[in-house]
Amino acid sequence: MKLSRRHFLVLMPAAAIAWKAVLAGTPDQAPNYKLSEHWWGMLIDVPKCIGCGNCVRACQIENDVPDGYFRTWVERYHVHDEDMTNPEVISPDAGKEGFPVVKEDAGKYFFVPKMCNHCSDSPCTQVCPVGATFVTPDGVVLVDPKYCLGCAYCVQACPYGCRYIHPEKKVADKCSLCYHRITKGLTTACCESCPTGARQLVDLKNPQDAIHEFLKTHSVQVLKPQMATGAKAYYNGLDGSVR
Amino acid sequence: MMCSLAILINEQAKLLNGVEGFMYPNEIGLQWSVLIVLYPFITGLVAGAFILASLERVFHVEAVKPTYRLALLTALSFLIVAPLPLQLHLGHPERSPEMYFTPHSTSAMAMFGYVYLWYLMAVLVFEIWLDYRRDIVLLSQSTRGPLGWIYKFMTLGSDNISPRSLHIDEKVGWIITLIGIPSAFLLHGYVGFIFGSIKANPWWSSPLMPVVFIFSAMVSGIAGVLLIYMAVTKLRRQPIDMRCVDTIAMYLFYTFLIDFSLEMLDLIHRIYEADESFRSLDFMVHTRLYIPHIVVQIIVGTATPLILLFITQVVKLPERVRKQMYVTAGVLALLGIFAMRWNVVIGGQLFSKSFLGYTTYKMTLITREGSLVAAGLALLPLLILWVLVKLLPPWSPDEKSQHAIGD
Amino acid sequence: MFKDAGHLFRFAGLFVLAFVVFLVVRGYVVPKSFGQYGHYRGDALNEIAAHPVKFAGHEACEACHTDVLATKSKGKHAHVNCEACHGPLAAHADDPSASTPVKPDTAVLCARCHTATAAKPRGFPQVDTKDHSNGVPCETCHQPHNPAITDAGGAK
Repeated sequence: MKLSRRHFLVLMPAAAIAWKAVLAGTPDQAPNYKLSEHWWGMLIDVPKCIGCGNCVRACQIENDVPDGYFRTWVERYHVHDEDMTNPEVISPDAGKEGFPVVKEDAGKYFFVPKMCNHCSDSPCTQVCPVGATFVTPDGVVLVDPKYCLGCAYCVQACPYGCRYIHPEKKVADKCSLCYHRITKGLTTACCESCPTGARQLVDLKNPQDAIHEFLKTHSVQVLKPQMATGAKAYYNGLDGSVR
Repeated sequence: MMCSLAILINEQAKLLNGVEGFMYPNEIGLQWSVLIVLYPFITGLVAGAFILASLERVFHVEAVKPTYRLALLTALSFLIVAPLPLQLHLGHPERSPEMYFTPHSTSAMAMFGYVYLWYLMAVLVFEIWLDYRRDIVLLSQSTRGPLGWIYKFMTLGSDNISPRSLHIDEKVGWIITLIGIPSAFLLHGYVGFIFGSIKANPWWSSPLMPVVFIFSAMVSGIAGVLLIYMAVTKLRRQPIDMRCVDTIAMYLFYTFLIDFSLEMLDLIHRIYEADESFRSLDFMVHTRLYIPHIVVQIIVGTATPLILLFITQVVKLPERVRKQMYVTAGVLALLGIFAMRWNVVIGGQLFSKSFLGYTTYKMTLITREGSLVAAGLALLPLLILWVLVKLLPPWSPDEKSQHAIGD
Repeated sequence: MFKDAGHLFRFAGLFVLAFVVFLVVRGYVVPKSFGQYGHYRGDALNEIAAHPVKFAGHEACEACHTDVLATKSKGKHAHVNCEACHGPLAAHADDPSASTPVKPDTAVLCARCHTATAAKPRGFPQVDTKDHSNGVPCETCHQPHNPAITDAGGAK
C-alpha cells in the first residue's frame, strides 16, 4: 500500500470528518434518518452461504455477545434426498469457526444462517408483560435493557429460538439488526463481513433497494410461515427440510 | 417410523452438554426452572382450596363446613408465598412493579399483578375478614400487648358486631364468595393461558391448557385441604368428622375424573392428529420424560389415587381403612399434580423447536433457583398457615378444644 | 342501615387510599418517554442507536485506501469487504495513527473460506490445502486483494 505524503495529508482530515459525522448520527440527532422512511429486513441467499462463520464472529465482536449465547448462528443441513423430514443438522459453536470437512455422499449439504426474523407480527413483543421488547416504527424488534425484567417469557414465545437471557445483564437479548449501525447508514456487522453476499440488509420502504427486483425474480420463503409471524428475514433457495 | 427416528437420533447423538440431536444454540439451557413449576402448583392449591370453601358457602354443602375457615386460611397462606418463586426467578425483581405501572395489554403474564392483587385483597382477605370479624373484635378487646394492637388494627377501628352488622357481613360475604369462584378460575386459568397461548411451543399450545390447569388445581386444592384438615384435627386430638372427609373425598374423586378425562383427551388428540411435532414429543415422553410423566404423573399420581377413591365410593369400608385410603390418595394426588406442572413446564423446554433434538434439565441444589429453595418455598406456606391458625383460630371456643382463643 | 355497614366503608376506604397512592407513585416512576411510539420507552431507540460501532464499514476504508480498492475491484474478491478479512477497524478509521491493524494470518484466514468440503456450494473455489500448496503460505502465489495468479506470479 502506497500513499504519498500529500495524499495522506489531504485524505486524513477528510476521512476523519466523514467518520465523525457517521459516528454522530442517532435517530433524532441525524437530520437525515427518519423512522417513518424505513422498514428493515434481511435477505439471506442460501445457495451463496459457504459456512465460513464470519457473520457469527463479527456479530459477537460488534455487539459484545457473551460466550455460549448467539445473536446469529449458522446451521449445516445434510439431507438424504428421499427424506426431507429427517435432516441431520449441526451447528458446532454456532458455526463460529466454520464446520468440519465432509466427503461427498448420496445426500446434499447446505448452510442456513439464522437470526432474529424481526417479525412484523412478532409473538415475542405480544407476550412481554411490561413493554420491554417492541417493534420500532422502522421495523426492528428491539429489547430495552433498562426496562426488561428478565422473565424470559419472550424467549419461550419466539418460534425461531433467537433469544436468550444475557448471563450478566440478566435481561433478554437478541439480534438488534445492528440498529446502532443501520441508523447511521452502515450495514449490519454480519452483512459487512459476509464474503459471498449471502446476507444482505434490505430496506423495504426504499424504492431503490435491490430487494424489490429480487423478490420479483426469485422464489423466496420465510421460516415457519405457518406461525404467521410476519417474519422479515427472507430466504432465497430455502429447502423444505429446513426447520 | 418411530424406530427410524430413534435410531437416527441415537446414531448422531453427541451428548454435549446433555444435548441429543440438534437444538438451536440458544435453546440448550432451560429458561424456566423448578421455581416456575412451583408457581402454578401453589396458585393451584389456592384456587382449589377456595373452591372447596365455596362449596359450603355458595352451594350449601353442609358436610364440608368444618373445613370452611381452614380452607380459606390455607388459600391465604399459599397465596402469600405465590409471588416468591416468581421474584426469585426474575433477572430484575426490583423492576416487577413495572407490571403494575405499564402492564402490556396483550400479555397474559401482565395480568398477574392485578389478578393477584384482586384475588388477595378483594376476595380472600375481604372474605376472611368478614367471616372472622366478630372474633377479631372480641379478640381485640380481650388481648393485651402487641398482639392486641394487631387485632385492633384488623378491626379497622370499628367494633360494631351487632346482629344487623353481622347479617350484612353474611350477605356481603356470600356475594364475595360468589365473585370469588370465577376469580379463582381466573387466578389459575390465566397461568394455563400463559402456556396455552404460546404458538411457538406445541407441547404447550392448546385451548385445553387453561381448563386442564383449573381442574388439576381443584384436585390439588381439595386434596391439600383434606390432608391439612386431617393432620390438624389429629394434632388437636379431636375426632375427624367422617361425614366431612367422605364428602371431600367424593368431590376429589369426581374432580379428578374430569381432570383425567381432559388430559386423556389431549393425549388421544395428539396421537391421532400426529402433526409435525408429534414424533419429537412422543420420543421425549418415552425417553426423557418417562419417569416424571408415565410413572409419576399417570400411574402413581393419577391412576392409583383414582382407583383408591373409586373403591371408597363403591365399597363400604370401615372408618380406619377409609382414612388411610384418603391420606394415601391425597398425597399421591398432590404428587401427581406437581408432576403434571413439572411435565408441562420442564417438558416443554426439553425438546428443540426444530423437532430435531433434546436437552437435559440440570436442576441445581443450592442456587437461587435450586431444589433447596424450591423445597423451602413449598413448605413455607405451612409455616404461615400455622401462624394464621394461631392468630385466627378456625374453631370457636364452644367447640371441644384443648386451647382457648388467644393463647 | 349505614351505621351497621360502617366497617365496610372503612375497608373500601383502604382501597381508595391505596389507589390514590398508586396513581401518584405511577406518575413519578413511569419514564417520561414511555408511550412515545408505542407501549415502550421511546428513549430506548436513541440509547440503542448510540452503541459504539466496531466495524467501520468498507466505505470508510475506501476513503483512504484507494489503491487497494482499485486492485480489489478488478478481481474475484471485489465484493469481499475489507473487514471480512481484516477484522473490526472502526478504531483505526477514527484515528489511523493510534491503532495499526495486524495483518491477518493467511494460513487460518484463507482456509476458513477455501478449505474444500462437500458441504460448500459446488461452484465455489475450494482446495484441499495440503494437496494444493503442501504447507506453502497462500500469499506466496495469491495476492489476497486480487487472488488471481498472473503470469508474473501475482504475489507482492
